[in-house]
Amino acid sequence: MNEPVLRVECLQSEFRIGGQWYPAVRDFSLAVEANETVAVVGESGSGKSVTALSILGLLPAVGARIARGSVVFGGRDLVGLPEAELATLRGDAIAMIFQEPMTSLNPTMTVGDQIAEVIRIHRGTSRKTALSEALHLLEEVRIPAARLRLHDYPHQFSGGMRQRVMIAMALACRPKLLLADEPTTALDVTIQAQVLALLNELKQSYGMSILFITHNLGVVAQMADRVAVMYAGEIVECAPVAELFAAPLHPYTEALLQAMPRVDRDSAALHPIGGQVPPLTAMPPGCAFAPRCPLRQPQCERHPPLVPLRLGSGHSLRCFVRAAMESAA
Amino acid sequence: MIRYSVKRLLLAVPTLLAMLTVIFVLARLVPGDPAIAILGDQATQESLQALRQQLGLDRPLHEQYVAFLGEVLTGDLGRSMTSGRTVLEEVWQVLPYTLELTAAALLIGVLFGLPLGTWAALRRNAWPDYAGRLISLTGLSFPGFVSAILLLLAFAVQLRWLPVMSTATSDPVDHLRNLALPALNLGIIMTAYITRVTRSSMLSVLGEDYIRTARAKGVRGGRLVLRHALRNALIPVVTVVGLYFGTLIGNSVLTEIVFTRPGLGKLILGALTSRDYALLQGLMVVFAAFIILVNTLTDLAYGLIDPRVTYD
Amino acid sequence: MTDTATPPPATRPSMALLVTLQRNRLSWIGLALIAAIVVMAVFAPLLAPHDPIKQNIIHRLEPPSAEFLLGTDSYGRDVLSRIIYGARISLMIGFVAVAIAMVVGSTIGILAGYIGGLFDQIVMGVVDVMLAFPTLLLGLMIAAMLGASLENLIIAIAVTEMAPFARVARAPTIGLKEREFVAAGRVLGFGPLRIMGVHILPNMVSDVVVLGSLWMASAIRTEASLSFIGLGVQPPTPTWGGMIREGFENILTAWWLVVFPSLAILLTVLALNILGDALRDAIDPKLRSENAA
Repeated sequence: MNEPVLRVECLQSEFRIGGQWYPAVRDFSLAVEANETVAVVGESGSGKSVTALSILGLLPAVGARIARGSVVFGGRDLVGLPEAELATLRGDAIAMIFQEPMTSLNPTMTVGDQIAEVIRIHRGTSRKTALSEALHLLEEVRIPAARLRLHDYPHQFSGGMRQRVMIAMALACRPKLLLADEPTTALDVTIQAQVLALLNELKQSYGMSILFITHNLGVVAQMADRVAVMYAGEIVECAPVAELFAAPLHPYTEALLQAMPRVDRDSAALHPIGGQVPPLTAMPPGCAFAPRCPLRQPQCERHPPLVPLRLGSGHSLRCFVRAAMESAA
Repeated sequence: MIRYSVKRLLLAVPTLLAMLTVIFVLARLVPGDPAIAILGDQATQESLQALRQQLGLDRPLHEQYVAFLGEVLTGDLGRSMTSGRTVLEEVWQVLPYTLELTAAALLIGVLFGLPLGTWAALRRNAWPDYAGRLISLTGLSFPGFVSAILLLLAFAVQLRWLPVMSTATSDPVDHLRNLALPALNLGIIMTAYITRVTRSSMLSVLGEDYIRTARAKGVRGGRLVLRHALRNALIPVVTVVGLYFGTLIGNSVLTEIVFTRPGLGKLILGALTSRDYALLQGLMVVFAAFIILVNTLTDLAYGLIDPRVTYD
Repeated sequence: MTDTATPPPATRPSMALLVTLQRNRLSWIGLALIAAIVVMAVFAPLLAPHDPIKQNIIHRLEPPSAEFLLGTDSYGRDVLSRIIYGARISLMIGFVAVAIAMVVGSTIGILAGYIGGLFDQIVMGVVDVMLAFPTLLLGLMIAAMLGASLENLIIAIAVTEMAPFARVARAPTIGLKEREFVAAGRVLGFGPLRIMGVHILPNMVSDVVVLGSLWMASAIRTEASLSFIGLGVQPPTPTWGGMIREGFENILTAWWLVVFPSLAILLTVLALNILGDALRDAIDPKLRSENAA
C-alpha cells in the first residue's frame, strides 16, 4: 500500500477571540492518496478554509495558531516547520488556489510575470525561460490568444479567466497536491463547469491529488473520489462519493442532501435545516450537531469520536446513534 | 499610458483657468485703492487717475479679467511695483533655491519615510509601531518655524556645526552646508507625513487576498514586502505626497524666513508687506501653476505605478 | 436589516470620546494635556506669578531663575506669565476660528449636497480650488490683505479651514438625502431647513466634531505661524507665536525666549493631534484620509 500524499492527524486550529483561544478545527484526521480528489464539504464557518490554510501554514500570524496535530507530507510534519522550509514547499510541491479570483492576483504585476515568479523562485530559471514556460501554461489552461495576453494585467481578464490564471500559477511547478478552496464559488455556473472540467483534465495529465473545498454538493459529485463532511470544525462523516450520496449515514449529511435543490425533485420537497451552527465561543460539550438533530438521544451529551464503520470500508462516522444502528444491521 | 497622460494634461487647463479666476477675484478684494497705496495719500487726483489708467484699473471688470487672462497666457505676469523688474525675472532669480530645497525635502522624506512606515506596518502594535506613530505625530505637530528655530538653536548656535544664516557662495560644500538645516527641517515634516501614510497603506495592503496568494506561492521576505506589498501600497502614498505638497510650500516660506534663505516664500512675504499688488498677483499665478504642475505630475506618477488607472 | 424608514441613530460626540478613551491609552495623555492647558488658560490670573505686560527693564534678558522661572524677555517681562496668558489667546483663537469654519463650512456643504445640481457643482468647484491652496499661504494672503488684528486673524484662519468641512458635510448629505425618512419628512410638509437641521445634521455631527479637533490643532499652528511672521495679534498682548518672533532677534544669546513658547505650542498641538487622531480611528476609518492637519 503506497504512502498517502498527505496525512493529517488530529489537527486542531484555534483563533483568539476576546483574549481566549477557541478551536475552529478540531480532531481533523484525513489522508489523501496519490491521484485522488478528496472533497471537504460544509457550510460557511464549518472550518474548511481554516483547515486548508493550516496545512500550508498560512494562518494569520497574530490571533491564530495550530494547537495540536500533525500534517505529514513527503515524510515531514509541516506543523512546526520553520517558515523558510514551508516556503520552499508552497507553490512547488503543494499549491493552493483561492475563492476570489477578482482580488487574488497582484494588480500591479502582469499575468505572465506572476506565473513566471513561481517558476523562478522554485526552479531558479531566468526570466525569459520562466516566461516562455508561463506562456505554455496559459495555453494549457486554455486562455485564448495566450501569447498576447501574457503581458496583460489581471484587471483585463474576466473572473473565469483569472481563475484559470490562478490554476496555471498553481500548477507551474507540477505540485503533488493541490488545495482548492472554493475555486468556482464566485463564478457563473457555465464558467464553473468549464473550470471544473479543466481541473479534472489537468489532474489526470499532471498526476496530482486535489483537496477540494466546497459547500456545493453538486461540485462534489462531479469532482470527488472521496468526501469528508465537516460540521462545526469536525469531520462528521467521510466516505467514497458514491456511497455518501447513495446512503448517507450522519444526520447532518442526510439533511444536507435533503436541503439541496435537485432537478429530479419537486422544490416543495426542500427541507432547510432548522437551527444554526453553534458559534466558536459557545460550542456544546457533546455532539455539536445534537441541538439540531432529529435523532438526538441522551448519550449524545458525550462527544462522539470519528470511527470507521467496518474495517477497511473507508467510511467513517461521528455519531453514536447511527453507528449503533449500523453495527446492529 | 499616452492617452492617459494627454487626458491629464488637458484636465490641467480648466483647473488653471479656475485658479486664475480665483486669484483675479482675490486680488481685487483687497481693501483700499492700489493707486493710493503706491503713490501715498498725499498724491493729487490727477496722478492717481493717471496711475489707475496706466494700471488698467479704470476699465470695467470683465475687460480687466480678459486682459489678465491674455497676459498670463502670453507669459506676461506683470511687473513688481517696488523693484520694477518683471515678476518672471524676480521668480527666476530665486527659483533655483526653492526648487533645490523642495527636492531635498522630498528626497529626505521618501528615503526615511518609506522604510519607517513599512517597518511600522510589519511590526504592527509592537513597540516600534507605537514609537513610530508617536514620533511621526510629534513631527507633524511642529509648526514649520518652530522646528526650524529649534534646529537652528541646536545645530547652528549651540553646536556650531552649520551656519546660522545662508550666505551666497559658489563653493559646493558651503552650498550644501547652507542647504542642510532648511532641508532637514522640511525633510522631517515630510518624513512624518510619509511614514504615516505608508504605514496605513501597507497595513491595508498586507490584508489583501493577493498577498495571501503570493505567500501560497512561496514568495516571502523582501520580495513579498517590496514587489507585492509596497508596490501596491505606494499608490495612496503618491497621492498623499502630492496633496501635502501644498503644506510643504507653506512650510518652506517659514523655513526661508528663519534661515534667511532666498526663495519664493520670502518673495511673497516681501510683496505682502510692501503692498506690491502686482508682484503679489503674479506670484499667486506662479504658485497656482506650480500646484497644478505638481497635481498633474502626481497623476502621471500614479499612472506609472498602477496599471489599472491608465485603462479607462 | 435596518429599517430605512426610520433615521439612523445619530452618534453623539460624547459617546465617541468614551469609546476612544477606552480603546486608546495614548488618548488619555492627549486629553490630560489639553485639560491642563485649558485650566492654565482659564486660571491665568491665579497661576501667573507676574504681570505679563508689565515691563521691567532692570531684569531684561535674564535666564531662568528662581524669581523668573522661565527667564525674561527684552523688556524684562516674565516669560512664564506670558506663556500662561498666551494660552488664553491661542486657545481662544483656535477654538473660535475652527468653530466658525465648522459652522460655515458644514452649512455650505449641507446646502450644496441638498440642493444639488449646478449650485452644487459651482460651490464644490470653489471649495476644491480653496482646498488646493496651502493653508498657510491662503491664511497669509488673507491676513495680509485684511491687516493684522485679532479679529482679522480669526477670520483668516477660519476661511482657510472652511473647505474641508464643506467636503465632509456634503458627502453624507447626499447619501442621507435619498433615504426614505427624508422623503417621509417632505411628504409631511417639513421645509428643507427643518429636514436639513433636524434629520441630516445630527447624523454627521460626530464626523464633523472629530475633524474639528484635528483642525483646531492646525488652527493653533497657523496662528502661531502668522504671529511669527508678524501678521497676528499685535504686541504687547502675549501670543506664543509673537513671543517667538520677538525672541528670534536674540536667539544667539537668549535661548529661553524661543524654546519655552515653542514647547508650549508643540505640546498643545500634539495633544490635540493625539486626541483627534484617536477619535478618528475610533469612529470612522473612512475619515482616515489625507485630511489630517
